[in-house]
Amino acid sequence: MSGNLLEAQGVAMHFGGVKALDGIDFTLKKGELRCLIGPNGAGKTTFFRCLTGTHKPTHGRILFRGEDIAGRERHEIARAGMGVKTQVPSLFDGLSVHENLWLALRTVRSSRDRETKIDEVMERVGIGALRHGILGRMAHGQRQLVELAMVVASDPELVLLDEPAAGMTDGEVERLASIIRDLNRSHTVVVVEHDMQFIRMIADFVTVFHQGRILVEGPVGEVLANPVVRDVYLGKKHAA
Amino acid sequence: MNSPLTLPAICRSARAHVALAAIATIAAIVILPQAAPLYTLINVTLYLSMGVFALSLALLWGYGGILCFGQSAFFGLGAYAYAIAAINFGDTTLAAAMAMLVPAIFAAGLGYFLFYGRLNDVYLGVITLTVTLILFKLINSTGGDAWRIGTARLGGFNGIPNTPLLTLPFSRVPLTPAQMFSLAAIALFGVYTFSKGLLATRFGRAVIAVRENEMRAELLGYNARRLKLSIFVISAAIAGLAGLLFANSVFVSPTMFSLSMAAQVLIWVVVGGLGTLFGPVAACFALQMGTTALGKLGIVDPNIVLGVVLIVFVVFVPGGIQPALANLLARLSASRSPAGDGVAREVTR
Ligand SMILES: Nc1ncnc2c1ncn2[C@@H]1O[C@H](COP(=O)(O)OP(=O)(O)OP(=O)(O)O)[C@@H](O)[C@H]1O
Ligand SMILES: [Mg+2]
Repeated sequence: MSGNLLEAQGVAMHFGGVKALDGIDFTLKKGELRCLIGPNGAGKTTFFRCLTGTHKPTHGRILFRGEDIAGRERHEIARAGMGVKTQVPSLFDGLSVHENLWLALRTVRSSRDRETKIDEVMERVGIGALRHGILGRMAHGQRQLVELAMVVASDPELVLLDEPAAGMTDGEVERLASIIRDLNRSHTVVVVEHDMQFIRMIADFVTVFHQGRILVEGPVGEVLANPVVRDVYLGKKHAA
Repeated sequence: MNSPLTLPAICRSARAHVALAAIATIAAIVILPQAAPLYTLINVTLYLSMGVFALSLALLWGYGGILCFGQSAFFGLGAYAYAIAAINFGDTTLAAAMAMLVPAIFAAGLGYFLFYGRLNDVYLGVITLTVTLILFKLINSTGGDAWRIGTARLGGFNGIPNTPLLTLPFSRVPLTPAQMFSLAAIALFGVYTFSKGLLATRFGRAVIAVRENEMRAELLGYNARRLKLSIFVISAAIAGLAGLLFANSVFVSPTMFSLSMAAQVLIWVVVGGLGTLFGPVAACFALQMGTTALGKLGIVDPNIVLGVVLIVFVVFVPGGIQPALANLLARLSASRSPAGDGVAREVTR
């Protein structure tokens, strides 16, 4: 066995005729901070859904800590150490920020430890002022931060973040970048993002998805300078 | 002013609620058997059993988010299990346990199919309703002599009029109506306290999490299906207990499985307030008394009135009685002290 935390081998996900993923080979070393980019519909979210057990891939294997988790139950994968911030924030909308974080601390037994941990995470993510706010009534950017806080609180070995900066103010994005870098000191992190500015802020290594396949991967400067990448992605989306 | 899920907040408010309920229960046990005529006492015992029934759905639907259209199936199964076991065993203590055990086992089987089959909520409603109708038809058709379990005749639409009354353990003397009333009051208090306590545990909060967002709960490692199955089984056992009490205050008959029974309990929960416990019990008492009084007058069909009450509440008081009252109280106290705001939410959950 290699020292890879995650190893996807030939992962495909077909929806009827749509090949959302068409043979993804993807490896991630423990401790890495990886960015996934790619145009809309490239399959990034679908890939996350296969990793977290929301979809059972049509083909392929997903080795997480050496075990094939493809098609396993969602809660089993979560318990094995995977945490995700979904593209559309998925929260307990009827409950407060405090309650959401309380629930994220599933494995913490003592209630005093939970409260300490909640305070700590709120401080770290900068949402202390929102403590008693009800999630359903919050702005998108705030919801993003709370969901991030939940993932941080649940302390998974592998953290997946799907477009965490969407809907955030510039100040919030700055903070987010520092939280992610900080998180990466103790966790392996994969971030899906469209915001190139943001990617330059956090990433060393980038993987580009395109039409359900991996187009290229490499150091951030190299990849963003690659004419093919510019063509499929930057060219259409950002050059205009 | 903590949020409702925090342990101190839940304990504070829950303790106060339970203390109030305890006082009411003790007062009722001490005063009513002395003061009320026998007929009233038996009627109130019936209401209490219905209160337990209301709690079974308040817990399942209000906190588990599982809308079960066939709660009366568990209610009826509990009563029949008790009657059949009591007639066969000649002892009521074990039979009383059967009243909770049989519906719980039935719910475990049905729930496994419902939740592990990944059926969506619409099918869940349809299937629970269908199962209830089938049981209703089945029980109604057990009129002949051939339909017996051991020495107990099922009796078709007549039910089992000779259901033995509960006795104390190791005793052959049936409980008096006053004792039966006390037992029902204690049972209602017990189920209320149990439910409050359950919701404050990690299990209870996880159940609420699944109600709020099943996907997020699973992504955090909660086993949503097992949680749903568990609360379904617990709720069925409580409905069975209600059936046991009902069987001892009236008698066992197929109407317990009926659609109107299943509808009534839904109405109590809607009127009382989804996501509350006290509200549905209060609504159950009020509506039962109301319909009984109307029935005596004989001017309008009580069922029509129930239907109107349901519609009025859905349209004008969608949160139900308990949240509406709590908001009113909060507004009243807020006009005097500025700290009233947090109270409303604490009470409404
Ligand atoms: N449940 C589904 N059923 C059918 N098609 C789907 C489903 N989920 C995704 N797809 C399709 O799969 C493709 C990949 O979608 P996906 O959401 O993974 O892209 P993405 O890279 O996350 O895009 P974006 O940047 O817009 O979030 C799209 O063509 C999409 O329409
Ligand atoms: Mg996406």
